[in-house]
Amino acid sequence: MTNLIILPILIPLIAGTMFVFFRKRLPLVRTGTQIATIINLAVTAYATFHVIQHGTIVLETGGWIAPYGIILVGDGLSLSLLLTTNVVAVAAAFYAPFSLDKGREEFYFYSFFLMLIGGVSGAFLTGDIFNLFVFFEVLLMASYGLIVLGGTRQQLRESIKYVLLNLFSSILFVTTVAFLYSVTGTVNMAQLSQRVDQVNQSGILTTIGILFFIVFATKGALFPLYFWMPHSYTKPPAVISALFGALLTKVGVYSIIRIFTLIFNGNIDYTHTFFIVLAGFTLIFGVAGALSTNNIKLIIAYNIIPAVGFMIMGVGIFSDVSLSGSVYYLVHDMVIKAALFLLVGAIAIVAGTSDIRKISGLIKDYPLLGWMFFIAAIVLAGLPPFSGFIGKLQLLQGAFANGHYVIAIIALMTSLLILISVMRIFILGFWGEGMELPQEKRSIRPLYFPISFLLIFSIVLGVGAEWFLPHIQQIGVDLTEPSVYIDAVLKE
Amino acid sequence: MRSNDIILKTTSAIIVFVILAFSVNLFFAGHNAPGGGFIGGLMAAGAFILLYITFGLKTMQKVLRVNFRYFIAAGLLIAFATGVGSFIFGQPFLSHTFGHFHLPLLGDTELATAVMFDLGVYLTVIGVTMTIILTIAEDRG
Repeated sequence: MTNLIILPILIPLIAGTMFVFFRKRLPLVRTGTQIATIINLAVTAYATFHVIQHGTIVLETGGWIAPYGIILVGDGLSLSLLLTTNVVAVAAAFYAPFSLDKGREEFYFYSFFLMLIGGVSGAFLTGDIFNLFVFFEVLLMASYGLIVLGGTRQQLRESIKYVLLNLFSSILFVTTVAFLYSVTGTVNMAQLSQRVDQVNQSGILTTIGILFFIVFATKGALFPLYFWMPHSYTKPPAVISALFGALLTKVGVYSIIRIFTLIFNGNIDYTHTFFIVLAGFTLIFGVAGALSTNNIKLIIAYNIIPAVGFMIMGVGIFSDVSLSGSVYYLVHDMVIKAALFLLVGAIAIVAGTSDIRKISGLIKDYPLLGWMFFIAAIVLAGLPPFSGFIGKLQLLQGAFANGHYVIAIIALMTSLLILISVMRIFILGFWGEGMELPQEKRSIRPLYFPISFLLIFSIVLGVGAEWFLPHIQQIGVDLTEPSVYIDAVLKE
Repeated sequence: MRSNDIILKTTSAIIVFVILAFSVNLFFAGHNAPGGGFIGGLMAAGAFILLYITFGLKTMQKVLRVNFRYFIAAGLLIAFATGVGSFIFGQPFLSHTFGHFHLPLLGDTELATAVMFDLGVYLTVIGVTMTIILTIAEDRG
């Protein structure tokens, strides 16, 4: 049943639309959202299982065959990211009711949230470059709603920057699709891959490829284009920051992986070397930002940037080992960034501030929170038993095997600095003299469940690497061979 | 300040029906001629806006007791439902079909399920346009 692959897009969209009718009945909407995300997770898990067993699922919507109609492609890469998205969505759905105020919840938070999940799922599944644009807009529209929801002064200021920058990159996206269509005459990714390959990616196509890279680098916060990201991600409430940090930039990274392994792979010397240089700068500047600030939310937000740098480095090296390292790191990073944003949100709730200099000695009153944060921090930095290690190990293996020593050393140094930046929160915030808590000791027990759910998933991803690694290595091998994708879609 | 706008009120009471009829015409013409749900919906919203301009927000809220936000959700649900409907027949998502039916008065007519999808678009466009304009128009202190 190929219709299976549309369900991860449809379930959140339909649920989100239905909740528009009962916005004031919060208990109903909350449980409804939780049920919808859990069903969606179950469906995605089943679809992933199906893909591992029987290979890529291709859905030709409306019954129109591949290059003519809109197609949805569920291959290993799409579905592993989709599964991770839904894990994050479940955690966010359980975290939101206890951390948001009533006004935000009543003004369609859950509808925006589900639309965002629908848009992200669509962007991961589509096999058509114009539909990729449409789903980008679906998720961006929902994120515009979420970023400004509540209407505080800081949110309004940051949302203007965010909307302007994303509108600009969306305009560039449409223009670039128009260029590509006028050169190749198709927007179907599989057919694009064939046609670009037939003409050996001549000069104009490399230009179009770099334009695409600029679009996705803006969405994914790469080196010269990341300036808008950290502040606009930290001003909304923690659960919205977690969704943004875990999902939005990763859609940009996924698009870069997809387009530069499938379509623009004919001029690797130029494009992919360019990526490695940018990845190096992204690593350095991102981690410098994380070390420069005293705001705990901003530290985590700046840590998104070096993570994106690691993933792009894998694309730049362009071997099956480094690509599977990128995918592993992508999955790991989506989960752990969501967990860290939720943890930092919980810390800000109990301490009443997000300035690290004013927080100390929280471990006396909140030991569980402290040790959870400690585990999350070492998972992020990539210590051996945990999931960050395996992705980075593969990336470094790929880098050394292909002679990219400089970037490998920068990546190792960056990992150390990432560890320092998050350990600063742990050491300054949890150790030391107990601080004056702003109010009576608050029970934050409901917040522990979604966080521990994400942490358990992350630990299983690291400790149980033997289960996941073969599949992800297979994804890496498939990515280096575009013919696998083309044959599945065009059925030749 | 109350100006006497009897000419505006009389003419718009007639013109609104012309615009609404034109919008329905555009909506049904979409399959074989220029038109469709989007432009039809904008036309209908134009007719409503003319009414709001002529008779004012308060009068219209007494006469037209609808929440235009529900139009958005209802339209989206109809559009999704036409896509999901194809699941029942074991076809891929959004498969459409058509048939010839003999209707009284109209004779032999071709009816297509794509109209249902367009109806969803039509309602959503009305809902979005009216929500935007009425939200900006309302002043809450």
